[in-house]
Amino acid sequence: MDWTRIIVNALEASVGLQTVVFALAAIGLNVHVGYTGLLNFGQSGFLAVAAYGLAVTVATFDLPMWLGIIIGLAAAVVLALLLGIPTLRLRADYLAIVTIAAAEIIRLTVRSVTFEETFGGSDGRQAFAAGFYNLNPYPVNEYNIGRFGFNERQMWILTVGWILVGLSCLVVYLLMRSPWGRVLKAIREDEDAVRSLGKNVYAYKMQSLIIGGVLGCLGGFIYALGQASIQPDIFGTDTTFFAYTILILGGAARVGAPVVGAMIFWVILSLSDNILNEAIDAGYISPKVIATAEVGQVRFMIVGLLLMLLMIFRPQGIFGDRREIALDAR
Amino acid sequence: MPADNDHETIGSTDTTVTTQEAGSRRGQRDAAGVALAGVDHQPGAAKPDAILVADNIVRQFGGLRAVDVDHIEIQRGAITALIGPNGAGKTTFFNLLTGFDQPDEGTWSFGGRSLKGVAAHKVARMGMVRTFQLTKALSKLTVIENMRLGATGQKGENVFTALFRGLWGAQEREITERADDLLARFKLDTKREDFAGSLSGGQRKLLEMARALMVGPEMVMLDEPMAGVNPALTQSLLGHVKDLREDGMTVLFVEHDMDMVRDISDWVLVMAQGKVIAEGPPDAVMGDQRVIDAYLGSHHDAPLTEEDEQLVLAEAEEALERERAEAEKENQ
Repeated sequence: MDWTRIIVNALEASVGLQTVVFALAAIGLNVHVGYTGLLNFGQSGFLAVAAYGLAVTVATFDLPMWLGIIIGLAAAVVLALLLGIPTLRLRADYLAIVTIAAAEIIRLTVRSVTFEETFGGSDGRQAFAAGFYNLNPYPVNEYNIGRFGFNERQMWILTVGWILVGLSCLVVYLLMRSPWGRVLKAIREDEDAVRSLGKNVYAYKMQSLIIGGVLGCLGGFIYALGQASIQPDIFGTDTTFFAYTILILGGAARVGAPVVGAMIFWVILSLSDNILNEAIDAGYISPKVIATAEVGQVRFMIVGLLLMLLMIFRPQGIFGDRREIALDAR
Repeated sequence: MPADNDHETIGSTDTTVTTQEAGSRRGQRDAAGVALAGVDHQPGAAKPDAILVADNIVRQFGGLRAVDVDHIEIQRGAITALIGPNGAGKTTFFNLLTGFDQPDEGTWSFGGRSLKGVAAHKVARMGMVRTFQLTKALSKLTVIENMRLGATGQKGENVFTALFRGLWGAQEREITERADDLLARFKLDTKREDFAGSLSGGQRKLLEMARALMVGPEMVMLDEPMAGVNPALTQSLLGHVKDLREDGMTVLFVEHDMDMVRDISDWVLVMAQGKVIAEGPPDAVMGDQRVIDAYLGSHHDAPLTEEDEQLVLAEAEEALERERAEAEKENQ
């Protein structure tokens, strides 16, 4: 077994594109679920409208990239308003139902044959990232430390991605230490009590939905630019549930938790994938037990198992405060 | 957490109330009593200085007319109790007055301004703040954060100014000072940094009341302030309710505990089956036949007077005599 390769792959996963994308998605989700208690099950929808806003503007209509980004951000705000206006006055469960349905509607619309000319059907959109890579300050090269490293394109997208992750965390930190953040946390605990103290709960929930959606949609941009291509099925319900898993791993309502959660999530997937494959190749695991083609599924079983163990031994997540969980048991 | 000790620290506070404070409380009570002295003891009676006036409030749940109040007025600066048997519509009426529910019909106004269709948070900002029957302490916020939340007009509650502490830091310090004063008054200062969820039931009631005061209300609506409170805390809570009147606030509260109602209220409204059936000073209301009927049912057995007893005895003896006579006849 090539342990160096396994470890290098894991290290690359810890800072790689997927980690950045899901960290951003989970930072947004943390504002919704962790701080405000809004059950948003359609975070993938926010990523989708941003990615498609950018890709369609550039690839279909041949307009500049900056306009695509503005359109993507505006689409995320509009989506938040569309989801929020009818549901935020109702009980929390309605938002959950509407968001999961809305995300699926978006995915099925952009992959439909009717709109194939605009959205590209199930093949999605390509050839929209040139504008981004033209701005690349890194000269053409491999940037390696030993076997760990990235090429200049990866370096550029990861630099931008991690700057966005840093800025998003800073914004969340600044907001959540303020009286505004206090109102959100209070709404999570009991919105009638907050209403009785003269706060417009509806307006705060809407602001939270918009801010979390916009932060999450940054993940959509990074994914689209990093892959230089998007397909509708990337934005399925899986994406939302990965973001939830990451949030639970890290511990809800902690600023850095989504980032660390995303790193752990993708490192575990990388490790289990590589170790299992190497073990099968080396003959330690009989192909009758796990075939190479089954590794993809087995690694998610391992993540599930680890999540269960975490819930049993550390229910507050990695960063959570045990005292808070103890309060729920009262 | 050693809950027992907490009760002791809080329960003991009331013994330290000075005679001067007690005198001043009595003064306020007398003032309220004088103001209400000339008021008719009839449902819907007009008050000399009403802060809250409601007309024809109707709330229907399907076929059930949960609230159907013709007219009420609540006297400014007095403690008014709202009592009634279970299911009388007291809490529903509370919800309607505070904007947490909207009635099917009716108009009501607070301090001369109509509250019809006004959202709950705006009612609170106008100066009418409520608490809840099931205490709503915000569990995962600390006690001091609960208090700070109550302050109105906070610059840092705007999402844009929130990003810059320089814009709201000074106001936050003022709010914290005010919150600390109130916590000290309610003897919760030792719990300042604890999660509200770790407080005992009575302490939560105190916190909820203190938090409501952070809003700076003119009128405080308390929904069963004594429900689930340790007896050791009851006196302390009673004292705090009286203090509200002393500070010039109007209090309307729902309560089942008759001793408390008698002890602190200046005026009592009685609801049954959605209607206000009686009102008046506590002693007068508790002797009112309509109120007794509402609580015990109008066909309950009245206690026997001596004459009744004689009558019943005579009837029984007569019946016995008849039986004996019949038995003798059969024997012959």
